[in-house]
Amino acid sequence: MSSELFHQPITALAAALEAGTLSAVELTGAVIARTKAVEPAVHAFNSHDEAGALAQAAASDARRAAGQGRGALEGIPIGLKDVIAVAGQPLTASSRMLANFVSPYDATVTMRLKQAGAVLWGRLNCDEFAMGSSTENSAFGPASNPWDVTRVPGGSSGGSAAAVAAGEAIATLGSDTGGSIRQPAALCGVVGLKPSYGLVSRFGLVAYASSLDQIGPFARTVEDAAMVLGAIAGHDERDSTSFRAEIPDYRAELRARRGPWKLGIPREYFGDGLDPAIGAAVEKAIAHYRGLGCEIREVSLPHTQYCLDTYYIIATAEASSNLARYDGIRYGHRAQGARDIVDLYFKSRAEGFGAEVKRRIILGTYVLSSGYYDAYYLRAQKVRTLIRQDFLNAYREVDALITPTSPIPAFKLGEKSDPLAMYLCDIYTIGVNLAGLPALSVPCGFTGDRLPIGLQLIGQPFREADLLAIAQAYERDHDWKTQYPAL
Amino acid sequence: MTSVTQPLSPPYEAVIGLEVHVQIKTASKVFTRVATGYGYEPNTLTDPVVLALPGALPVMNKAALDAIIKAGLLLGCDIAPVCKWDRKNYFYPDSPKNYQISQYDMPICLGGAVEIELPGAARNVMGEHKEIPLTRIHLEEDVGKLNHGAGDSLVDYNRAGTPLMEIVSEPALRSAEEAYAYLTSLRATMIYGGISDCDMEKGQLRCDANISIRPVGQAALGTKVELKNLNSISYVRDGIAHEIKRQIGVVERGGVIAQETRDFDGMTGTSQSLRSKEEAHDYRYFPDPDLMPVQVDAAWKDRLRAECPELPFLKQRRFLADYQLPYTLTSVLVWDRALADYFEEAVKLAGVAKAQTIGNWIVNDLLRELGTAKIALVAAKIRPAHLVALVGLVDSGAVLANAAKEIFVEMFATGDQPQAIAERRGLKSAPTDRGELEQWCRDAIAGNPKAAAEFKAGKESAINAFKGPVMKASKGKANPKLVDETLRRLLAAS
Repeated sequence: MSSELFHQPITALAAALEAGTLSAVELTGAVIARTKAVEPAVHAFNSHDEAGALAQAAASDARRAAGQGRGALEGIPIGLKDVIAVAGQPLTASSRMLANFVSPYDATVTMRLKQAGAVLWGRLNCDEFAMGSSTENSAFGPASNPWDVTRVPGGSSGGSAAAVAAGEAIATLGSDTGGSIRQPAALCGVVGLKPSYGLVSRFGLVAYASSLDQIGPFARTVEDAAMVLGAIAGHDERDSTSFRAEIPDYRAELRARRGPWKLGIPREYFGDGLDPAIGAAVEKAIAHYRGLGCEIREVSLPHTQYCLDTYYIIATAEASSNLARYDGIRYGHRAQGARDIVDLYFKSRAEGFGAEVKRRIILGTYVLSSGYYDAYYLRAQKVRTLIRQDFLNAYREVDALITPTSPIPAFKLGEKSDPLAMYLCDIYTIGVNLAGLPALSVPCGFTGDRLPIGLQLIGQPFREADLLAIAQAYERDHDWKTQYPAL
Repeated sequence: MTSVTQPLSPPYEAVIGLEVHVQIKTASKVFTRVATGYGYEPNTLTDPVVLALPGALPVMNKAALDAIIKAGLLLGCDIAPVCKWDRKNYFYPDSPKNYQISQYDMPICLGGAVEIELPGAARNVMGEHKEIPLTRIHLEEDVGKLNHGAGDSLVDYNRAGTPLMEIVSEPALRSAEEAYAYLTSLRATMIYGGISDCDMEKGQLRCDANISIRPVGQAALGTKVELKNLNSISYVRDGIAHEIKRQIGVVERGGVIAQETRDFDGMTGTSQSLRSKEEAHDYRYFPDPDLMPVQVDAAWKDRLRAECPELPFLKQRRFLADYQLPYTLTSVLVWDRALADYFEEAVKLAGVAKAQTIGNWIVNDLLRELGTAKIALVAAKIRPAHLVALVGLVDSGAVLANAAKEIFVEMFATGDQPQAIAERRGLKSAPTDRGELEQWCRDAIAGNPKAAAEFKAGKESAINAFKGPVMKASKGKANPKLVDETLRRLLAAS
């Protein structure tokens, strides 16, 4: 295990902080120093505030000294994707449109992290408005993969994944609409969890596709992810789609749940386009579970072939409406020299949005248009129901599903110029969002080029505790988590 | 749709449907906790949700849903089992999200009707009643307000997010008068239910009208014109009357009615075209993914039904039947719920036999004093018990009618009991000295033997000839009842 502070898991750091052998100021200082050292190569952050982070760390140390430590994340530096609101900090969504916007309020997850004692550290790079799979759609330049800085970290939460992999934060939050936590987690070799839809409040999350978006953690270990999830999960009266669920102590539950489990292998997730090295790594992981006494069954999710189409209708329809508020009237980019109000809308949005965002707004506007709604949006919602039903049918036989997270490892920056090729990066992750399920990616090896591989575990609605335990059963017996990129 | 290309012989009939927007009176906005209000500093009633800041989410205000369900129950609508929300997408600076949260294919209220009364043959005669069927009522959020300056336009989002009901009638109205009666009745219903104050000056009630004409007897509808900006009930009547006339004029000159939206200027009584049908929006409605559908079960509806008041027309029928009041009196009393309640409280104390007397006091004296003082009934110091006490004093002969009027004014101003005012101001009638009264009566009879003879011959009214002199002698303080009795006794004995 690396002796570097910035590579340690939360569990170890929290113990050291509690024991008094480490201060939050020391830890935050180490993370800041590491960030300064590697950030020119990684570009995981859109912005950060060193003085602010150190002040939070000092406050944390003072609380702890006074016996008033707040919670499980007391003193732990945690980064937030730049789509999650923090009062007084920039909230850009990696868009020119919001380049100068400062949020006047905290997202619910932000408040909960503060309540858990976390040191909020930096605004993490991502694809513009969380649209993309490589972080190349950021208006402020792409982030790089710490394992090979000529390659993408995945996306849209690429900065969140890269920061954890590079030791620029101990854990981070991202958002996942079609795979935006799990795919970059896989490509960067960290743990990434997308919770069940409704488990974590979306209040304060810049909306991309409201019925699919979920906030979730990136961390070095499954146990760390469980700790961050425990801090941010739970009902929020400011989000009507938030679920009234009893939130267990996820970390304690890890010890309570030991399997063996019945695990399903959806045959549709192992078809053409899957990189052989990834396929082999996943097969080995499956064999490992079998070795642990788990029953492995092949299952079918027959509507899988419709996931991508369904997603790009529903997500873009919602996005076209969600992004209508960025009009240059109340805040955000406003074009100069507009002739009238319509011209102001056209110019401000033409200048403020990047190509992928415009493409999705146009697509979404089209599928909602009079005369097309029934054929596209309504039909897609029906297919969505069938896709969810596929999963629920599978869960009559098995406890969770095992798949690759991404069909391919990290690709070169600029390699995928065709949007449709980029969309295929999410073929294994998108169904989970359409079905509202929890899923995570846990490292399961490397390709021949030393690029990380992710194993996706898909769980049952609101049974994150089981999902985390299943993931940890694999993680416990492998040392992927103690391997670090050479930066 | 039919296009009228040749002059058709009158008579024409108008076909009118109204879209009425009513702001619901809730303490906070429909999707966030910020207060609602009118007349505040611009953009002070805002928060991240109202301003549609990145990441803000709506949460439904249950009080707004309560209010619209109540409105639906009052108007006899079917209440949908589920309250579902849709987004209506369009760009305009008064709409912070550039979509409005509304209800598209599943309005919370379907059907129902507004009962209206048309003007009667005379003021004191009840007019014809009609039921104007409703298509739907749905809930949505109000938008902000644009203030256009010389070089720029400013937006005030204080109004944005105020809960707003859209009440859509069937095209069942046939005249400007019917539209006027419809709005009057609808407004009273909303005020009665405590749903809105419906102050049109504050934009709490706004009305658009869809108007077409067709030859009487033709079943097909003519091309409709939407009339906007009808911002008082009189403007609704004037605007519709003007539009009907305009359309008949166009048709009679051989023209064709264009489907368009027109803006009515109440000051000049004219209208001008705002936009034609071709520019109509595609609102791209779809279910709002931020808001979960809300189930409205029977218990919820029952609770609200129990809060529903008796509506004005039902009350009027009851007042006519139970209190035998004249129509004119009821048509003043029932349209103001507080006034009607005041009346009934007084009648409860005084007895049904006194209903008309009390009604007259309220309609003539109380309303006059409230108007002069410019205060609402709830703020008046004079309570029903005061009025009943005053009526009692008049009945017993303790005060005279004229004195009672004076007492009323002071009672309104001070809230003192009428007995106390009468004593303080020396307004009590009836000299207790019977001898003195009897002497005045004797003098009066003696002074007019002709009338005395006529009375004895059976001319009942002749007795009045003696009353004037008696009252004059008493300086107006004699109890008329006692005077009458004394005169009759003396005349019979003479």
